[in-house]
Amino acid sequence: MSHLSYEESKKLVMKGLIILAIVTLAEVFVALLGKGYLVKDFHLPVWLMYILMIVMSLYKAYFIVYYFMHMKYEVPGLVKSVLLPTLLLVWAVIAFFTEGKTWHDWRAQKNDRPIGSLTGLVDEKAKDVKSSGHGTVDQKENQLAPAHQDTLTKKDEHGDHSNDAETKKEAPSHH
Amino acid sequence: MSSEHTAHTGSHHTEVENWNGASEPFKASYGKLMMWYFLLSDAFTFSAFLIAYGTLRFSMPTWPVPDFVFSGLPGGIHHKPLIFVTIMTFVLIASSVTMVRAVQEGHRENKKGVVFWMILTIIGGLGFLGCQAWEWTTLIGGEKMSITRNPFGTHIENGTYLEGDGHDIKAGDSFTKGSSYLIHYHDGHFQPLKYKTEGGEVKTQQMGPKAFGALFFFITGFHGFHVFSGVVFLLIIALNVASGLYARRNNKYEMVEKIGLYWHFVDLVWVFVFLVFYLL
Repeated sequence: MSHLSYEESKKLVMKGLIILAIVTLAEVFVALLGKGYLVKDFHLPVWLMYILMIVMSLYKAYFIVYYFMHMKYEVPGLVKSVLLPTLLLVWAVIAFFTEGKTWHDWRAQKNDRPIGSLTGLVDEKAKDVKSSGHGTVDQKENQLAPAHQDTLTKKDEHGDHSNDAETKKEAPSHH
Repeated sequence: MSSEHTAHTGSHHTEVENWNGASEPFKASYGKLMMWYFLLSDAFTFSAFLIAYGTLRFSMPTWPVPDFVFSGLPGGIHHKPLIFVTIMTFVLIASSVTMVRAVQEGHRENKKGVVFWMILTIIGGLGFLGCQAWEWTTLIGGEKMSITRNPFGTHIENGTYLEGDGHDIKAGDSFTKGSSYLIHYHDGHFQPLKYKTEGGEVKTQQMGPKAFGALFFFITGFHGFHVFSGVVFLLIIALNVASGLYARRNNKYEMVEKIGLYWHFVDLVWVFVFLVFYLL
């Protein structure tokens, strides 16, 4: 079914190995460079980093599907029936990520209000609320960032003794 | 498509007007076509998991920085971000390449070649699983991450540590907003450190969003299980090749081609797991 001769396809395999390896290395390079690991105090803008990595990953996916899985040599009907449905994922990504962002904003909003122990440390406004009222260290420790609030309360239920009073006692003694 | 269809049926099964199971739509056998559709459905399953990851990550005020979390290497080497997972990626890519070679040898009806390249593919798959086992062992056994517990937190403000953790952090070290930390587990407890914010407040490190642990183990576990199943199928099919079963079928080792599709798909999924878990 391959439209290439044996020698040609062997060459394509080597080419594929080299391309995938190089693109992977490029992705890691962009990640490390962009996050400041390679050159001191140098960061790439996050959006640029993300676009580069996503485009490179999509290219790798294209190469694997078209050459390794021989999609390039299938009839158009087969190609369309397999690839077109994946376009639905574009909708899913947009819809769900928007939803996630909304949850994030709700959490932040909720933590603007000084209700109970839910005063968070998410943004400047929440910070002001906090620093105005409390004096001791102990009280401040109860004011958790929202994402972490339930982690600790849940641990209580599990009888995990790593929280609050106990850890406070033990942490300083350890070096 | 219809013209190709007729051309195809015309050449092989002149008596068949429409497809009634005798000829092949899309010029692919039933088995190959169904493998493609299985992989399509599997792609949706993986996408659902990865989209759930993205949604939860977007909804959290902080998220552990992956190049901090995944920075260890076997042999006690630390602070080499992404190196180990890059090695894992290479192992999987290499096994995909050997699989292509096995399929090519199958097209030439070269039994020895097929077995040889399939064995290399199996070794690659096992190597990948070994790497993943090490990664999980480190996270579960060493760092005490679980599906309901995540000791990897992220600072939400600048500050200075008031105490050390006996590992990398010393009292007086400063940190910046957005950097991640690991709360070490000693003597049966997590030991969060006290720190002072720029505003002079004294606070204690908090555990990270626990969804991180659940998503990590579930998604890489689901992928790892695919790799494991793939290795099992490769093994069975390699044995069948060696026994001459597929040579007797005289269909250019189509079964090898089908398991090849599956194996490349596993590599394909890893491209995206690698992207969302380790790079972004």
